[in-house]
Amino acid sequence: MLGKLTLAAIPYHNPIIMGAVGFALAAAAAVSGLITYYGKWRYLWNEWLTSVDHKKIGIMYVILALVMLLRGFADAIMMRSQQALAYGSSRGYLPPHHFDQVFTAHGTIMIFFMAMPFLVGLMNIAVPQQIGARDVAFPFMNSVSLWLTAVGAMLVMVSLGIGDFSRAGWPGYPPLSELRYSPDSGVDYWIWAIQLSGIGTLMTGINFLVTILKMRAPGMTLMRMPVFTWTALCTSILIVLAFPILTATLALLTLDRYLGMHFFTAGHGGNLMMYTNLFWMWGHPEVYILILPAFGVFSEVVATFSGKRLFGYSMMVYATIAITFLSFTVWLHHFFTMGASANVNAFFGITTMVIAIPTGVKIFNWLFTMYRGRVRFTTPMLWTLGFIVTFTIGGMSGVLLAVPPADFVLHNSELVVAHFHNVLIPGSLFGYFAGYAYWFPKAFGFRLDERWGRRAFWAWLVGFYVAFMPLYILGLMGMPRRMDYDINPAWHPYLEIAALGAAIIALGIACQIAQLVASFRKRAATRDLSGDPWDGRTLEWSLPSPPPFYNFARIPIVRDRDAFADIKQRGAAYRRPARYHDIHMPKNTAAGFLIGAFALLFGFAMVWHIWWLAASGAFAILVLVVARATREDTDYIVPAAEIERIETLRYRRLAAAGIIPAEPQGGGLPAFEPAE
Amino acid sequence: MPLLDPSGPIGAAEKSVLLTAIGLMLIVVVPVFLMTFWFAWRYRASNRKARYAPEWASSGKIELAVWLVPAVIVSLLGLLTWNATHRLSPYRPLASAKDPLPIDAVAMNWKWLFIYPRQHIATVNQLALPTNVPVSFRLTSQTVMASFFIPRLGSQIYAMPGMRTKLHLLADKAGIYTGRNFQFSGRGYSWMQFQVIATSPQKFDVWIDKIKRSSRKLNLAAFQKLERPSIETPTIYYAAVHPHLFEYIIHQVMTGQGTYASNGAVDVG
Repeated sequence: MLGKLTLAAIPYHNPIIMGAVGFALAAAAAVSGLITYYGKWRYLWNEWLTSVDHKKIGIMYVILALVMLLRGFADAIMMRSQQALAYGSSRGYLPPHHFDQVFTAHGTIMIFFMAMPFLVGLMNIAVPQQIGARDVAFPFMNSVSLWLTAVGAMLVMVSLGIGDFSRAGWPGYPPLSELRYSPDSGVDYWIWAIQLSGIGTLMTGINFLVTILKMRAPGMTLMRMPVFTWTALCTSILIVLAFPILTATLALLTLDRYLGMHFFTAGHGGNLMMYTNLFWMWGHPEVYILILPAFGVFSEVVATFSGKRLFGYSMMVYATIAITFLSFTVWLHHFFTMGASANVNAFFGITTMVIAIPTGVKIFNWLFTMYRGRVRFTTPMLWTLGFIVTFTIGGMSGVLLAVPPADFVLHNSELVVAHFHNVLIPGSLFGYFAGYAYWFPKAFGFRLDERWGRRAFWAWLVGFYVAFMPLYILGLMGMPRRMDYDINPAWHPYLEIAALGAAIIALGIACQIAQLVASFRKRAATRDLSGDPWDGRTLEWSLPSPPPFYNFARIPIVRDRDAFADIKQRGAAYRRPARYHDIHMPKNTAAGFLIGAFALLFGFAMVWHIWWLAASGAFAILVLVVARATREDTDYIVPAAEIERIETLRYRRLAAAGIIPAEPQGGGLPAFEPAE
Repeated sequence: MPLLDPSGPIGAAEKSVLLTAIGLMLIVVVPVFLMTFWFAWRYRASNRKARYAPEWASSGKIELAVWLVPAVIVSLLGLLTWNATHRLSPYRPLASAKDPLPIDAVAMNWKWLFIYPRQHIATVNQLALPTNVPVSFRLTSQTVMASFFIPRLGSQIYAMPGMRTKLHLLADKAGIYTGRNFQFSGRGYSWMQFQVIATSPQKFDVWIDKIKRSSRKLNLAAFQKLERPSIETPTIYYAAVHPHLFEYIIHQVMTGQGTYASNGAVDVG
């Protein structure tokens, strides 16, 4: 009836895990309690959980990312403290059984359930508004993507309290991840968490690819798109090309584990090198899926806060496209030590270095955007400056690792850990934080507190250097990654410094929480009345903050790369169009949320071999998809009078804030020439 | 720092590649640092003396330079990479007047087995090498993937189940070094290290003689006992070894046989 699931799967004897489970349950209970206390369940269901509005989906993605950041960071603290404690005769406080789950969960969570939802959330919030669209191309599919991603994260969280998580490392190399060496349900949790969220991500890629290619406002040619939209397009292309590889690879591993096949086993003709190749054929493009949108954020931020056009826009676009395609030519650099011939190793080493050229061009373009600008050191700009300096060091260690003979001594060492954190923390996370601070007023209508923002930035930046520079040294001292015991006493002082660095980063996270609280309290003072708090240059800043559900009352006509800067320069901002038209919008639907709920049941049942439940879950998903696909009334028309009512209120608010004259404007140029 | 203090020509050559690559990259990296601080400070919003050109967004000269300078550096690095990768390929036998010493290394859960086919002996978790004699390793794994690495000597290589990889190393300084598995392989991974004794050829022969006096022999029955997962395995000497044990292990793995299973009753909590 319950497959492999028994009461023994609950680690009630482990105080650390039970503490974590207790904390997670208490947090969930507190949130539910607050929702009940304020009577917000109906609101939550109608306005959020069933929403297909890209802005709300984006916000929910970012919330998921921030929650999972806390979980992934808790894992990081555990690893850093274990490595600092376990030296000489001490064995620290985590047995290998636990430590190995912690580092596997840390990698899996940070990549799939922190970084991915963060960047997809930012894309959701900004892209449709940047291109002058009212939603994404497939709003319902967008909701399914969100809930499948959330389901993956939920499965990882469930594994905390019921059974174990994988102990095979986040890339899950066979044969360690095969049934013979990992017979319990840990690897299965890992597989289904990634598999379900991966399908969601693939749909996101398709969605944004179509949205960006087909739904741009008139006049917005490809070479007039904001750079963030360009990077979102390239990331979508990468998702569409790379994620099916991951899906197929995990499916083969699933067949090995569930049906006794031998794709990647050591025996019976299986080939584990095939897995390693396939995994990194997805895995390296994945690095750029994570980094490109952050590059896009930096491009928006540096131009806005330098009060200047982005330097070398076309170069920036070509560099992004070059990185997109080169990212598929470098996967072998993850395993130069597998014994490939010198020709093969040298080829992949050189292709890897070639990526440094377009990346270097981007760095210089950001620098020359500041040149002859008027740089305002706001929080998003601080993250950008911190990124440029820090990422350059990470890029340097990356090129170093791309030289096969150097990799032969550095592979799998702490230096590699230092390297990829040194590219991914500044190169993606700092970018997401910059985007979070940059678009927060657009999403919520008030600005984040600058003081707490600066404190968070400095704690993160200093903490980063203190935590990861010692790992570079440890790599040169010959310390391997993923070690938990019997640590050479000579390494100990560096591990203590690294642990201190993690503590400083924890302060940074505390500052970010304080920032949210302080910003919410002071929201009356920092309300964004104009919709353009930063003197922005792209179309999202032409909308009120937060924008109405239909974004644009009239679709704008774009005449310039910096579309809104151009409109402002022509003195045409905030002009009221002569008349409004009906708007066609998608209806909210519970189908996305329900598909997610059944996917969670399905995934959990597959992990524990509860076949009847898995079949029921899969059948329910099928029914929901068919039912939704055959429905006719999935959209509705907002009448022009309703638009006019909402817009009139907006113009009254603008007038009250003194942004436009109080009298209704007549004549003159219409702000947005009608496109419909 | 072992990687910067190599005890053999491979490690020394890899150290020099590493330092050269860093030096070349600093040509781009240092200007980036300086420009970041300089531009950010000079063009800060409060500095009204600095020139402000909001529409200035392209310059043929600058664009040419930012493509060309990284491209030149990467070309140089590429050249270095091509040559060094061929020169330092782990599969490439070392040029030496001396006949190379063959050693077979087998990764097991969680220990290393070393077979000296010419001397017909085997050891667990201890590896002795004569100095200034090239050593040619054949490697495999009897369990999951592992990576064989002696940081002081340079070049690691994977040891993979059902497969054979090769590695050529040479120690030119006598000393006691640490070698270990660098590829995470399960719960005993942290302890999967071995002692490396690099010593003069005379002392190496003395070491061989000492092992030949051991009472243990590594026949297939003894190997089946050794196969059982163990952690913090002490050094073991075998005075004799089954003549085709290395091939036997590969064959066992490839045909899915063998008695091993990793999650045995090994508790190290």
